Amino acid sequence: MSDDPVLFGLYVPPHPHPLLAPDQNKGWGELRAAYDECRRRIEESEADVIIVYSTTWPSIVGHQFQVQPEPEWVHVDDDFHFLGSMPYKFKMDVEFGNAYKNAAESRGLHARTVAYHGFPIDTGSVVALSLLNPDNRIPACIVSSNMYANRSETIVLGKAARDALKAQGKKAVIVAVSSLSNRMFTKHVEPEDDRIHSAKDEDWNQKILEFFEDGRLEDLSQLSRDIHGQIRVQKVVAYKPAWWMAATMGQHNNYDGEVLAYASLHGSGGAVIQLTPAKGSVGDKEFDEDDVETYRGDRNVLHDGAGDMQALGGVDGPLDEAERPEEDDEGWRNPVEVIDDLYDEYGTTVISHAGGAIGAAAGAALAGPVGSVAASIVAKKTVGKMMSKDGAIIAEDAPSAVGAYPHARRMGNLLFISGVGPRSPEDNTIPGGPIEDGDGNPLDYDIEAQTEACIENIRIILEACEADLSNIVDVTTFLVDMKRDFAGYNKVYAKHFEEIQATRTTLAIQALPTPIAVEMKVIAKAP
Amino acid sequence: MTKGEIVLGCLAPHPPHLVYAENPDENEPISEGGWEALRWGYARLARKLKTIDYDAIVILTPHWQTYIGTHFLGCDSFKSLSVDPIFPNLFRYHYDLKVDVELSEKMCEIAGESGIITKMMRNPDFRVDYGTITSCHLLNPDWDKPIVTVSSNRNRHYYSVEVMNEQAQALGRACRKAIEESGKRVVLIASHSLSHRHFTTEAPLPEDMSREHIYNHSQYVWDMKVIDLMRDGKMQEFIDLMPEFTEQTMAETEGGGLTWMMAAMGMPNYPAEIYGYQSVIGTGNVVACWDPNEESREWVL
Repeated sequence: MSDDPVLFGLYVPPHPHPLLAPDQNKGWGELRAAYDECRRRIEESEADVIIVYSTTWPSIVGHQFQVQPEPEWVHVDDDFHFLGSMPYKFKMDVEFGNAYKNAAESRGLHARTVAYHGFPIDTGSVVALSLLNPDNRIPACIVSSNMYANRSETIVLGKAARDALKAQGKKAVIVAVSSLSNRMFTKHVEPEDDRIHSAKDEDWNQKILEFFEDGRLEDLSQLSRDIHGQIRVQKVVAYKPAWWMAATMGQHNNYDGEVLAYASLHGSGGAVIQLTPAKGSVGDKEFDEDDVETYRGDRNVLHDGAGDMQALGGVDGPLDEAERPEEDDEGWRNPVEVIDDLYDEYGTTVISHAGGAIGAAAGAALAGPVGSVAASIVAKKTVGKMMSKDGAIIAEDAPSAVGAYPHARRMGNLLFISGVGPRSPEDNTIPGGPIEDGDGNPLDYDIEAQTEACIENIRIILEACEADLSNIVDVTTFLVDMKRDFAGYNKVYAKHFEEIQATRTTLAIQALPTPIAVEMKVIAKAP
Repeated sequence: MTKGEIVLGCLAPHPPHLVYAENPDENEPISEGGWEALRWGYARLARKLKTIDYDAIVILTPHWQTYIGTHFLGCDSFKSLSVDPIFPNLFRYHYDLKVDVELSEKMCEIAGESGIITKMMRNPDFRVDYGTITSCHLLNPDWDKPIVTVSSNRNRHYYSVEVMNEQAQALGRACRKAIEESGKRVVLIASHSLSHRHFTTEAPLPEDMSREHIYNHSQYVWDMKVIDLMRDGKMQEFIDLMPEFTEQTMAETEGGGLTWMMAAMGMPNYPAEIYGYQSVIGTGNVVACWDPNEESREWVL
């Protein structure tokens, strides 16, 4: 018997037609028959729990997990109320629901359980559980689909399900409740006139079905964003069920796929599909998005928008009336005044070398070890003064520059960060070791440690600019040995930038000024 | 028959937090208060409503979302438990309400004649949405008037906010005609907030007002701009701006409530009565009304 905690996965539609009106349309009847076949397969399985992820249960405050032991109600759909009522009484696996919620939290998600009499269980969950588990032979767990969640949260949510299953030693049948194309007719249609809304929707549905039949679930997951853009009415931010299903089933393409039925449901695409883990694969994934293990931080889907709107002159409408801050506002100084003050304090010898290169200029003026110390002191003293809206910024806690340049420069709404290596700001040592000794003999070094240190130095510089890594919009990386180091660098990069989704360019170069293997240069959105 | 009329139009947001904060008998959870600026404003508007002679409340709510046209409540009464799916910890309200089915059918019929897709909702097991319950409780806690709930058609999701704005206006004009033909005196409610960016986490004590603030400054600026338009009686201008406002602030106006109500009231060019503004879990909420009767119209805030 397989060690996989998921025995098989089902993809089923949320509409009530197969439950309430299977006789009114041939396709609805076929979907019902497929549902019934899946019910029999579940009954014959050794599943301990049925996990339902329903796209018709949207949540806002994190993900929610139903742990009312026996929720009971008479449900009526908002649109299809005329088809009839759906009385239900389900049996929940409370122990597993709590474990799943805890596993989700452990992976960084905001999560909570719900156990309230009368809680409105959604149409999709009611339809799926009523048809797949009518006798409550197997306890169930229902998890919500967070409205704002995107890929990383949904992937992590799927992985948390596996964590909980493994921790409890349980086997599951998982159920993703979702349409394929979700555009419905916006007027009433007679059952016999039902069809897929458009030829385009039909084409895409067929493509998705082909992927399912080939067992290419991970490939489908990678296609999720395209599917959302092509055939999904934009009710939420993304098409998530393929992400959740793929992550919950182990993120691969090794399944026996079976499309048991496919039909229109008031214009949308409804399908009943089974995927069973199998040996062998159809091949490599079509393309790869980086994997994610833990969700970090709040969703930036809102914060990004907020940032745009807060930008001066960044939007049309009333915010166009926003005025540039007065010169005496906190944090804002006229750059000319700042420079004048610097001349007053440090004199022309230091300041005149370069507008922004205060530290390096001081070093050049005094030369030698004393100059180096002076450079550091001058740089640290001037950092506060240089925090004008536009202009050079020197970060007190970052490794000092190796030339006449500042750590960063703000221009308008952007921060341009100078190329940053992994040198320790404490003592100039290179985490992971130098790539060569003083005689130029190559040394073994740890690219992952160097990359980590690079990113940490960038974070320090951004912090001095009152920003953080999430502000980064573009990254350019220079590697001295692409063949040797790309994989290690790429792994560390993904850990920090999976969520941020900055654009990136990676270049191989002959050498860097110090014995380091990697240097990164970024452009960030100013706070 | 006397020609019916709209005697008041109310913009009545429905965060369940307000009912939770009030601790009415109908709601199960217990609180230590909170969101007083809005609740006191609501209480004052409810007092004004008590002085007005009217037959029914018609409310358009964004939490009865329909994709196949606009639906109208079509049973005489509904009695059940309303549990907020997002904040079940705050709102589990036992309601018992009457519906003016005659008026509901009239609106459904005339809207249908004007080309709008419509449907009567006749299923007695149907659970009335929490937006309706919250707004109606706060405006008329005695529940002594029949209501009609009009669903929110999601044109915004299928087409655009511009289409939503146009169709909501068409629905408003049809409802006005139906009300006039009914001979009834009707209070309209648009049940929604203004800016609607939510915090996605909740304070351990939900009513901890030290944690409550608007989601961001841009939202606040937009809210103040549109409230200024309300105070200045420039509702046509606001409705014209509505698509942009809705896009920029993810506003609940996407459900068409205010647009519908303003169209039904003939785009008021007189000042709205503003009763209170406050954020709830980051969203911007104003309690306001439009009183067509110049003699009873007040300058509140």
